[in-house]
Amino acid sequence: MAGHKHIDEVTGVETTGHVWDNDLRELNKPLPRWWLYVFYACCVWAFGYWMVYPAWPTLSGYTQGYLGYSQRAQVMSDVKEAKAAQDTYRQAIANAAITDVKGKEDLFQFALAGGAAAFGDNCSGCHGRGAQGAVGYPNLNDDDWIWGGSLEQIEKSIAYGIRNGHEQAHATPMPRFGLDGILEPAVISDVANYVRSISGTEQVDTAAAERGKATFAEQCAACHGEDAKGNEEMGAPNLSDAIWLYGSSQEAVTQSIVTGRGGAMPAWSTRLDPVTVKMLALYVHSLGGGK
Amino acid sequence: MNSMDPSTKFTPDDFLVEAAPGVVRHDVNPVRQPKAKKTAAADASIGSWAAKPNIYPKLAHGTFRNAKWIVMLVTLGIYYVLPWIRFDRGGGLPDQFFLIDFANQRLLLGPLEIWAQEFYYVTGLLIISALGLFLVTSVAGRVWCGYACPQTVWTDLMIAVERYWQGDRNAHMRLDQSPWTFEKIWKKTATHVTWLLIGLLTGGALVFYFRDAPTLAQELLTGTAPTVAYVFVGIFTLSTYVLGGIAREQVCIYMCPWPRIQGAMLDHDSLWIAYRDVRGEPRAPHKKGQTWDGRGDCVDCKACVVVCPMGIDIRNGPQLECIQCGLCIDACNDIMDKVGRPRGLIAYTTERNQATATTGPRDGLRLIRPRTILYTVAIAIAGALMLWAMLSRSSIDVSVLPDRNPLFVKLSDGGIRNGYTVKLVNKHQVPRRFKIELTGIDGLTTTIVGHDDAGAPIEVGPSNVKALKVFAAVPRDKAKTLASDSTPLTLTVTEVDGNASSSRDTSFRSPGP
Repeated sequence: MAGHKHIDEVTGVETTGHVWDNDLRELNKPLPRWWLYVFYACCVWAFGYWMVYPAWPTLSGYTQGYLGYSQRAQVMSDVKEAKAAQDTYRQAIANAAITDVKGKEDLFQFALAGGAAAFGDNCSGCHGRGAQGAVGYPNLNDDDWIWGGSLEQIEKSIAYGIRNGHEQAHATPMPRFGLDGILEPAVISDVANYVRSISGTEQVDTAAAERGKATFAEQCAACHGEDAKGNEEMGAPNLSDAIWLYGSSQEAVTQSIVTGRGGAMPAWSTRLDPVTVKMLALYVHSLGGGK
Repeated sequence: MNSMDPSTKFTPDDFLVEAAPGVVRHDVNPVRQPKAKKTAAADASIGSWAAKPNIYPKLAHGTFRNAKWIVMLVTLGIYYVLPWIRFDRGGGLPDQFFLIDFANQRLLLGPLEIWAQEFYYVTGLLIISALGLFLVTSVAGRVWCGYACPQTVWTDLMIAVERYWQGDRNAHMRLDQSPWTFEKIWKKTATHVTWLLIGLLTGGALVFYFRDAPTLAQELLTGTAPTVAYVFVGIFTLSTYVLGGIAREQVCIYMCPWPRIQGAMLDHDSLWIAYRDVRGEPRAPHKKGQTWDGRGDCVDCKACVVVCPMGIDIRNGPQLECIQCGLCIDACNDIMDKVGRPRGLIAYTTERNQATATTGPRDGLRLIRPRTILYTVAIAIAGALMLWAMLSRSSIDVSVLPDRNPLFVKLSDGGIRNGYTVKLVNKHQVPRRFKIELTGIDGLTTTIVGHDDAGAPIEVGPSNVKALKVFAAVPRDKAKTLASDSTPLTLTVTEVDGNASSSRDTSFRSPGP
């Protein structure tokens, strides 16, 4: 098409010179003026934007822009604002007894939401995202509580933790019956059989269980109770129910008696503020097993 | 017509030629027309832009102009008045007949209440509207564009305002060409101020759809309304002013995709507005006493050109720019009456009529055609589905979400417990009480967190949602008899004081056999 322009016969308008499908051509019509001006305005806007906002990558960073805007700074300021907005609730929770919070619908809902968030950040690493626990880490959904399932008891367990050296922590240990040579391995095996028989666990050697009964009364009942129902004061688990922190197999129970286990938990009051601890206690209590 | 009114002043040009006795021949070319086939155009280079041509549409009188006034009155009336209509719902609910309640995620329309999760009703309405537009277009062409489109209605209003302040076509043109005198300045200012006021009202009316109108009106006036309300009033003030007052036909020609799509809906039997050239040609001015034999009825007065708001000459045939508003029909009928020829030289006709045309009357309209049948059937199906959905719509909504983590909890007595999040939606505008019942497993015990007695009725506020944590536990001996790790369970919600009821299937998870 070089040299001369192609003119559309019908309209008398110049075409772009391209031909599609042998005969299809495009008229070369001018843009509306307003369209062109809007386009120029957009270009000007873009230059302005580059100067005001972060825009271009450089070798070691990026152009900051005159406003010094950053999304991270924006988020931090938003978070600060949100925290400030929470202050009235947090203040009210701080001033109220934990059992009173439960009675106030709006405070309670706030505490549950705050507790759920704090649980995800701090507790789910061991207890699981759904508080379902794992071997050695209690399931917090069930109705079995080693150190007590009332709101105050849960709050105390969270605040000071278990066997962590904190002076207010739950600290009572279970003797290492095997490692410290208190009981002979055969006796331990008998006691394990007896413990398993209390809750009706299947596949128990009944003869061994019968032999272990006396040893249980002698060595274990002081903490776990004559009826093996446990003692929340000492953190002695209920051995007569269906829940086994370390498993209900002969091996698992034997190992518990041999080593004394002694699971630990941090004192969260040293890391979290009292309001968060309170909200965590309310959340954990609400999971379905709270007393 | 105005041209007969001795008080109307014309530019000298207007009197140069009479198209027919008493009929002015406007010396004007349409601003949009195919370029004459001249080689000079080949040499002229094409600039990078084309200025917006000024169009000075003359006021038409007649059937279609009246139809447009009525449509304008009705549509603008609905738009401005609807948010002010009250409807008593009681129960502390908003008393606005039509309210898009974003804060509570619902749409209130009289007794009807559509929640965010039921947005498919709105989707259905949009589908029916779109199909309706297809049907109307296939029957009668661009009637939407010509009469009912907001762009057309507001532009028409803006042009009427312009005429009020600056006069009709000729006076307006004279004013534009005159130097900047005080009179010109105040007339132009008055026009733009009125346009902006109309824009302000348009934006103002829009925000009333989203918040209680009387309250918001007071807030807007006292400067206490939410910022977003002012922002939207501002956006709509400006867009109404720019699109309706200034851009006008540019919107239809360059911005709107609908004119391009419409072509697909038209066929040989669709109505459109056309100049019936078989009757009109050859066109020529007509002198008094001259015979009409051997010539067309068109006296080439260009009355059709000067009334056109799009700036085209309908006699050039179908054009993309034509919104088919019918004003050229009004203008031409007026002239035909004056010269004593039958009306309908420019008329609603069809492509088939045009192709087979005689100078006589047009053929009747063929309404029943494959595409009209198709669109009608589609509308009927969509409408029936909507009706069925509306009629079978429950006045409560229940959702059950079983806990996934953990799937189940083993209790100290060896029983198995599952947790469910249950949401109850009360779509009535009064508080209602419901009972929740879980069935499907023997010996199942249900507890609801925060409710000591799981069997007691639970009250849900008017137009409200209540979220409940429900636990279901199966004792040890029953849990052992469960045949699978997932047992079907049914949650039934029944209204205590009424007969609404709804049930959801869910499952009870356990370690299995």
